[in-house]
Amino acid sequence: MLSLNNIEVIYNDVILVLKGMSLEVPQGKIVALLGSNGAGKSTTLKAVSGLLKPEDGEVTDGSITFEGEDIHHLDAADIVRRGIFQVMEGRRVFEHLDVEQNLLAGSYTRSDRGQIKADIEAVYTYFPRLKERRRQESGYLSGGEQQMLAIGRAMMAKPKLIMLDEPSLGLAPLLVRDIFDIITRINKEQGTTILLVEQNARLALDAADYAYIMENGRIVLAGDPQQLKDNADVREFYLGLNEVGTRKSYRDVKHYKRRKRWLS
Amino acid sequence: MDKFIQLTLTGMTNGAILALVALGFVLIYKASDVINFAQGDFLMVGAYLAYAFIVQFGIIWPIGLLLTMAAAVVLGIVVERFILRPMIGEPIISVIMVTIGLSSVLRAVVSAIWGTTGRAFPSFLPDTPLNIAGAIIPADRLIALALVMVLLGMFMFFFRFSKEGIAMRATADDQQAALSMGISVKSVFAMAWSISAAVAALAGVIVANIVELNGAALAGFGLRVFPVVILGGMDSIPGAILGGLIIGLLEVYTAGYTSPSLGLASVVPFIVLILILMVKPYGLFGEIRIERV
Ligand SMILES: Nc1ncnc2c1ncn2[C@@H]1O[C@H](COP(=O)(O)OP(=O)(O)OP(=O)(O)O)[C@@H](O)[C@H]1O
Ligand SMILES: [Mg+2]
Repeated sequence: MLSLNNIEVIYNDVILVLKGMSLEVPQGKIVALLGSNGAGKSTTLKAVSGLLKPEDGEVTDGSITFEGEDIHHLDAADIVRRGIFQVMEGRRVFEHLDVEQNLLAGSYTRSDRGQIKADIEAVYTYFPRLKERRRQESGYLSGGEQQMLAIGRAMMAKPKLIMLDEPSLGLAPLLVRDIFDIITRINKEQGTTILLVEQNARLALDAADYAYIMENGRIVLAGDPQQLKDNADVREFYLGLNEVGTRKSYRDVKHYKRRKRWLS
Repeated sequence: MDKFIQLTLTGMTNGAILALVALGFVLIYKASDVINFAQGDFLMVGAYLAYAFIVQFGIIWPIGLLLTMAAAVVLGIVVERFILRPMIGEPIISVIMVTIGLSSVLRAVVSAIWGTTGRAFPSFLPDTPLNIAGAIIPADRLIALALVMVLLGMFMFFFRFSKEGIAMRATADDQQAALSMGISVKSVFAMAWSISAAVAALAGVIVANIVELNGAALAGFGLRVFPVVILGGMDSIPGAILGGLIIGLLEVYTAGYTSPSLGLASVVPFIVLILILMVKPYGLFGEIRIERV
């Protein structure tokens, strides 16, 4: 459905951030994209959604296709119209609009205006808490409620693909689990394809059908989640598990070697 | 008592017109962070365009008025596209200088075409005096008041319920997030400038209708907008409306109840302004930057 082939992204004409990034998102699946801070995950999503321009970033090489068509020259509004919606990192709700107005803003590109009331109600069935707060200015919602709103707002656009950038950021563990449950439900019930960027590798691997791990602007590892969970590197660097009985000094050496292999 | 009603109605009319001009100013500031020093000049251009259409070309006034509004919309779009958009990302002070420059250019063009002396404006609103609870008010002022109130109501509705109005407020809140909704930030800017110019043009016609067609006086209206928007909050639409009414009333009450030799009418509003800002630094309705993580 979505495929990135060897893309290169440069900020401010000099800072090379993505260096031959490739990735496939098949229709109807949940694909996780993991990686440490600064790996280029958000940049990857913005390259797809056309949001690099306001940050002075540019796709300088490679291609991005969605449903077989090249989209990387389109502007953000056209990309939303084609059915790709990015939920940006840090929630980014419109603080001075109330909950319902935020949802309406999400439906901006739709032409079937008559259907919108029903869809707002549908969003409320996923997030009953938002319904209770429908007239509240969203700047005063809790972090979790704002994340729900950000996801609900994406649903209002009726996209084929939702790209979520760190939906667990700054939320309590219990709430993170709720949010992940809802993401899986949206995928199953609405048939929405999902590209999920996460730091919380454990949860992301549980939810995903396929996962990529990126470092330093390119993919270093990919596979189905179970495979990755069993991979020693992933266990150590992303799930925080040590192999039992390994001595510390020995581990440090291995750590160095693995890092090196990944970065080269 | 008659005097009080008289002053209240006059103050409300003045205030409502001020509110209309302030609203245009707030729209531009909210959407694009530009402080538009040429707002008053939009008023002037509007009034002169109406004069040209209605008096000089002899078009009947309802159509002349529509043409004026349409021309103002075009002016707003042109100004945004060719003057302000290239300035995106430049320091605020440069952008302010550009709007001041725009103001001088508009004044120069108007005085080159129509000269600088005042002219009688066709009064399409009847100015028959009406007796309201003992106060004598010309009908055109009341009609103007009603007209402005209807317009302000329409704006409140537009920003609360319409798709484009919500998109404009969303853009004011977070441009990049608005972009991620598929909202075209460029068209939101263009819309803010064109609505603002059209509203100012209408205000210009109303003022010219009540007073006379005088370029300097109309352009001077632009400066009177500042106490209004500072009082109401630079980025608040209800604030612009309430701020306009408060300043309008204060001016008229002070002029009516104090000796003119004291010259208090233009000072008292500023004193009240300072007092209010001491309590509410963002203005009465200014948007507080919401801090939460
Ligand atoms: N607007 C920008 N201008 C210049 N450099 C940028 C810009 N945005 C990101 N970068 C750089 O690009 C690299 C990747 O950033 P990106 O935000 O994509 O990382 P990330 O994987 O999303 O990290 P995190 O997990 O911390 O969100 C970083 O080194 C960052 O400093
Ligand atoms: Mg990121």
